[in-house]
Amino acid sequence: MLLRLENVDTYYGQIHILQDVSLEVNDGELVCLLGGNASGKSTTLKTIIGIVRPRRGAVRFDGEEVNDRPPSYRIGRGMAIVPENRRLFAPMTVKENLEMGAYLHGGGAQEDFERVYSLFPLLYERRKQLAGTLSGGEQQMAAMGRALMSRPKLLLMDEPSMGLAPILVERNFEIIKEVHESGVAILVVEQNANVSLSIADRGYVLQTGRIVLSGAASSLIKDEDLRKAYLGR
Amino acid sequence: MNWSLFFGELVSGLTLGSIYALIALGYTMVYGILKLLNFAHGDVYMVGAFIGFFILQWLGGPLTPSVTPWLAVAIMFAVAMLGCGALGVGIERFAYRPLRDAPRIAPLISALGVSIFLQNSALLLWGPQFRDYDTFDLVGVKSYHIGQNFFISNIQILTISVSVGLTIVLALLVSRTRTGKAMRATSFDRDAAEMMGISIDRVISFTFFLGSALAAAGGIMFGLVFGQIFSLMGFTAGLKGFTAAVVGGIGSIPGAVLGGFLIGLTEAFATGYLPGGSVYANLYVFALLIVMFLIRPTGLLGSPVIQKV
Repeated sequence: MLLRLENVDTYYGQIHILQDVSLEVNDGELVCLLGGNASGKSTTLKTIIGIVRPRRGAVRFDGEEVNDRPPSYRIGRGMAIVPENRRLFAPMTVKENLEMGAYLHGGGAQEDFERVYSLFPLLYERRKQLAGTLSGGEQQMAAMGRALMSRPKLLLMDEPSMGLAPILVERNFEIIKEVHESGVAILVVEQNANVSLSIADRGYVLQTGRIVLSGAASSLIKDEDLRKAYLGR
Repeated sequence: MNWSLFFGELVSGLTLGSIYALIALGYTMVYGILKLLNFAHGDVYMVGAFIGFFILQWLGGPLTPSVTPWLAVAIMFAVAMLGCGALGVGIERFAYRPLRDAPRIAPLISALGVSIFLQNSALLLWGPQFRDYDTFDLVGVKSYHIGQNFFISNIQILTISVSVGLTIVLALLVSRTRTGKAMRATSFDRDAAEMMGISIDRVISFTFFLGSALAAAGGIMFGLVFGQIFSLMGFTAGLKGFTAAVVGGIGSIPGAVLGGFLIGLTEAFATGYLPGGSVYANLYVFALLIVMFLIRPTGLLGSPVIQKV
């Protein structure tokens, strides 16, 4: 088991956000976490990466409890994240953004740049350009490339298709699939249940901070309740 | 036109500007990363000047230094910069870090508190009297001239070149090194930087170290140029460094340098040319700040604040 959340409760001040959330991601698995607005999806990822700490429960990564560890520790152990809205460093160049992704690895070895550039040839062309000048689709590539710079074991993705044109959403999921096939475990948070379930191994459904449904992607995609709630039919 | 007066004010403005630029750099870097106006910064500059003074005494004083005079000056710079760097890190650790998530007014009040604390500690420890750097005795002030009207002293050359040199080192550090890039990333988006594995605490400590070390260099320069230092010297200098940072565009490193020189030149030329200038030079300096707020609130090189929605 690569990642395991055990009965996690997370609060923002007095507000109880995650309630008794348990989930797992195995080595090399692609898992999606579905849920509507304010269901706690982003908070789950923030709890995993360590930006927020759970009040109860445990976050285990790669066989170790990391509850009290800062994000830098978890990232050093093999997590990486593509944050919601990409959160690129707009006044820095694309290459510098990639370097920040490999911050804990000395700013990135040549081979890491080559790997990312071969996955996203466009980033190579744009490497000297400021990240803030990229289009939405290019920014998504840069954010993903940045996360891959640290050679993560587990890639966390927060709504990668948000704000992208439908054609880019599809392309984006092809890339996610490609990265997954290269051996990286991925936990992707999405509102877009159809596309994400079509490439995922397993899925969880989050509703107002609780996991209400989980199982193999192939069975979730047929689930009546889920179809009603997320697929609109 | 009296060229001798003009060049005299020009050189003295550049010298003053060098000092203000070093102070402004610390203001602007800390603001960039914490959005905090560190009003204790001027007092760190004062402490730097005093560390330099005591190092000079420890080396045997300006008349009988135990090492060659220029080496003595170099040691003064080195020790004061390291000492103030550590002081800056300590101030952040104890006065600002506990308030990191508090409303922005809280660390600002804390900064004013640190400023009052440092000023009064200095008064208590070192008294209100002026202390002499005795630059004349130490290095011997030489004046060089180009043509009939342009004069510059060795101390002025030292001040301007050390300031420009430190600024270039800082600019390279921020633009080229991994730590410098982490500083830029953190000042643009702290949470995103944290999600890249950057240790925010360490980046902030380092920023305070750099800014405070530069302020210490400025403090020693003041002592060398004017020959005297005193416990409350940080107050006006801090305000002018702050003004320089704002005029240049707070958060911008080139802006701080530009603002510093602009304030220095304004002060010098006001002294030489404007009515009552020698008494009211500061009035003209702060008038410049008000004018800047009216016509370009973001400063010369500042970027407009973009409200994220």
